Amino acid sequence: MAVMTYIEAVTLALKEEMLRDKDVFILGEDVGHKGGVFRATDGLFKEFGEQRVMDSPLSESAIAGVGIGAAMYGKRPVAEMQFADFIMPAVNQIISEAAKIRYRSNNDWQCPITIRAPYGGGVHGALYHSQSVEAIFANQPGLKIVMPSSPYDVKGLLKASIRDNDPVLFFEHKRAYRLLKEDVPEEDYVIPIGEAAIKREGDDVTVITYGLCVHMALQAAETLEKEGIQAHVLDLRTVYPLDQEAIIEAAKKTGKVLLITEDNKEGSIISEVAAIIGEHCLFDLDAPIQRLAGPDVPSMPYAQPMEKFFLINEDDVERAIRDLAEY
Amino acid sequence: MAVENITMPQLGESVTEGTINSWLVKVGDHVEKYEPIADIMTDKVTAEVPSSFSGTISELLAEEGDTIAVGDVMCKIEVEQMEQVEATDDEINEEPPLLTTNRNDDDTSMKKRYSPAVLRLAQEHAIDLTIISGSGRGGRITRKDVERFIERGHTGEVNQEAVTEQTPSPVYERMAHDIEIPVKGVRKVIADHIVKSKTEIPHAWMTVEVDVTNLVNYRNKIKQSFKKNEGFNISYFSFFINAVTQALKEYPQLNSTWAGDKIIQRKDINISIAVAKEEELFVPVIKQADEKNIKAIARSVNDLATRARTGQLTNEDMQDGTFTVNNTGTFGSISSMGIINHPQGAILQVESIVKRPVVINNMIAIRDMVNLSLSLDHRILDGLVCGRFMARVKEILEQTSEETANVY
Amino acid sequence: MTKNRHQALGLTDEDVFEMYRLMLLSRKIDERMWLLNRAGKIPFVVSCQGQEAAQVGAAYALNKEIDYVAPYYRDMGIVLGFGMTVKEVMLQAFAKAEDPNSGGRQMPGHFGQKKNRILTGSSPVTTQVPHAVGVALAAEMDDEKIVSFVSLGEGSSNQGDFHEGLNFAGVHKLPVITMVQNNGYAISVPLDKQIACESVADRAIGYGMPGYTVDGNDPLAVYEVVKQARDYAISGKGPTLIEANTVRLTAHSSDDDDRLYREKDELEAMKKQDPMVTFVKYLRDENILTEENEAKLHEEIDKLINEATDYAEEAPFAKPEHALKHVYEE
Repeated sequence: MAVMTYIEAVTLALKEEMLRDKDVFILGEDVGHKGGVFRATDGLFKEFGEQRVMDSPLSESAIAGVGIGAAMYGKRPVAEMQFADFIMPAVNQIISEAAKIRYRSNNDWQCPITIRAPYGGGVHGALYHSQSVEAIFANQPGLKIVMPSSPYDVKGLLKASIRDNDPVLFFEHKRAYRLLKEDVPEEDYVIPIGEAAIKREGDDVTVITYGLCVHMALQAAETLEKEGIQAHVLDLRTVYPLDQEAIIEAAKKTGKVLLITEDNKEGSIISEVAAIIGEHCLFDLDAPIQRLAGPDVPSMPYAQPMEKFFLINEDDVERAIRDLAEY
Repeated sequence: MAVENITMPQLGESVTEGTINSWLVKVGDHVEKYEPIADIMTDKVTAEVPSSFSGTISELLAEEGDTIAVGDVMCKIEVEQMEQVEATDDEINEEPPLLTTNRNDDDTSMKKRYSPAVLRLAQEHAIDLTIISGSGRGGRITRKDVERFIERGHTGEVNQEAVTEQTPSPVYERMAHDIEIPVKGVRKVIADHIVKSKTEIPHAWMTVEVDVTNLVNYRNKIKQSFKKNEGFNISYFSFFINAVTQALKEYPQLNSTWAGDKIIQRKDINISIAVAKEEELFVPVIKQADEKNIKAIARSVNDLATRARTGQLTNEDMQDGTFTVNNTGTFGSISSMGIINHPQGAILQVESIVKRPVVINNMIAIRDMVNLSLSLDHRILDGLVCGRFMARVKEILEQTSEETANVY
Repeated sequence: MTKNRHQALGLTDEDVFEMYRLMLLSRKIDERMWLLNRAGKIPFVVSCQGQEAAQVGAAYALNKEIDYVAPYYRDMGIVLGFGMTVKEVMLQAFAKAEDPNSGGRQMPGHFGQKKNRILTGSSPVTTQVPHAVGVALAAEMDDEKIVSFVSLGEGSSNQGDFHEGLNFAGVHKLPVITMVQNNGYAISVPLDKQIACESVADRAIGYGMPGYTVDGNDPLAVYEVVKQARDYAISGKGPTLIEANTVRLTAHSSDDDDRLYREKDELEAMKKQDPMVTFVKYLRDENILTEENEAKLHEEIDKLINEATDYAEEAPFAKPEHALKHVYEE
């Protein structure tokens, strides 16, 4: 057991899977010599060589497309998009190809690719280094989208993603990379994709969220405990397909539900979560379902006051929980 | 002279902290603006941090090797003159107003706005919401308020004013052409009995769905020959009574009566069945039903129903029931909430058998489906035992087929 | 004794007869599919007519036991050359459960068959180029001496994936053969409105690989250049871009009317270049095709196609709820 940052857990999971299975290889811009612009692949080039930690030309569609071809052949590529914002040129490859390969070939071919991408704001990244892009992919059956909230989950979920026989988008929060630290076991473990996790038990307000917002929710919950408000926090972990059972159970638990995302509000992941709760939990609801999200503007501005305005923070979360508790 | 703070800058997009490799200045040193003051290392870069002010270093707040969070103060500097400090975002951003409205204890505007959860709980536990005081905003009764009220066995937080307040009986005037029917005889007895049951017993409900395709096939197969051999009909209802009786043997908690300070669990399984006759409703009893096979049950049902319709039931025929099975399916009902036959502990409604598309092994099949709805006395029974009982009844019925069942 | 053209390439008389058989089979299946479409029996056809020589010539130059192909929607000649049967093609046309390409999920022309190493394809064009590059990369990691062949139309060579895929292959010197079948039209838009350079093969230099333009109506010429590209790739020298100039004898698809954008005499001129005409002449001149064996071949192929059509028409559809299967691994 060692205390590890979120990004160190990424590196460790990659390393362990590459040692375990020779078919696993990494493909992306600056992943080789430099070890990634965030240092997620630090040391791997040295350990596994150029062919398995491959610097690709600056071309996202090829990173995805070449990875897809290698995956069809039988490899387990881990493709890196340098920023989630730059995944757009690869959307055709991901949605038209990866997501549909098993389905369109009637189970003849499969595409076990993992596409990693750092997402999220609060790092002075402006419009094109701050976005959350999961909602764009979250109505594409055939894809799985994983968004871990802690170093422990990063390791277990990234290993599960690499071993999964279907394409997985693995979004890592940039600000979490060095902000979050915790004990991560050295032994091999996987966390099943598609399962949400209760990160805190409580009986006043249910908070359902994912990614870095889980951290905010837990911090807010701790503060509110002193006021006698007990928040129940469910971490979605996989945002597509959603763990409907866990969502319904968590919503029924308190009947007061706060949904949080860092993404723009309309059409976001939490909008779908709200729909699931609306369909299944009417007679357990004790308050209107609340969504806390970014404003519906195209992306996060650069200037600090505007960036701060866009981002939700611990105080917003705390206020929203208290508001529901008092309802 | 003024003292300014120099804080740890964010060096790199994902960086949240930095380590001081070495100080390039010491306390008392004079530095010009943009002159380097420290060598900082982060996960992404190593860089010299320049001073943001001209002045004299007055305090170093960290040792070399210390790691400091982005935004925290590294050192203090005495500046010669007030710098024209640009407005920081803290100054621009006023604190947003609190979303929470101020609690006003006199405000009761939300007192009668009930959420779906509150309404459901109130119904299930026969609670009059006007006697609960609400802890929510605007005096709203929250789900937790109701749950606490139930936990305390209906005794807590009673609003005395509401309890003592007498609700006057409403007066309904007859309009022209309306017909008045005096309430008397059996109708009056039924009404009194039902009011007693409904006001005294806190009802809760549960419905399960049962696939009786095999049972239907079996019964259809033997229907003709049975009638020919025995002289009376073999009804579905007899199979249901048989299944309930067997399950009651295993879960005697449902064969009980609330007796104030105790619960009486009955040894005999005497099944009451409801038989309707125009304006009247009779509830004769199949005694010791657990000692009867399906044929014997069918004979009793047939016998009791015939005598009810011909007015030949005796008082004795209608006594000592311990559990009621009600054949609401006869009327085409597919869902109903029965009122418990006081002082029994539960009643089971057998709804219509209908053909419905059902998903089995991810394929759609046409199956004969029936809903069984249980009303239970929540003082005696909980969801858990009733759930198990219902699951057992379902299991028995679903396993009833030509291979397994025997009416004799 | 001087060698004739095919002997000079190392091909026997039997080889060229087989090449012709595959070309004729492709043409006749295609013609049957148009009939079925116009009879209202199948909703869609997209044709290979005019491009059979390029397809069969290329398939014949590859190793159909180990090489991978990423065909595009006109590549009937390629998939037949790689082992797909007439019956399987017809099952796809009728969208029946037994169709090995997609079990009736995709339109005709969207090929894919793992056992024959035919990568599954989609409708957005050119996405298959990076896939073929990925296959080549993976094979190289495993030290497998194979080539990955990808085929597309000249219109598709303007897509970003063409550039990204070829550049990647060029940088990493991967064993990829890219063959652009230039039939002069991207649906209705003619070549001069598609590309500004002389030929698609000119683009090869930008990717650091050799580029060749070849007469796509001549199966022997195509065979020669693809064979050369294969040897080049297997010896570790890297990828090749080939442009095969062909003709498109039909409309773009069964939903298109080419009379709106193509003059009649243009089509008549094209018909003179039809490989089914020119190659037959060569084979007759070389005495490989005789009146007798030609008639017999037509008879055999007609019988095969009739049987396959009947079989596919009679075959069951997948159950409706099969639409729910195979979204993820089950």
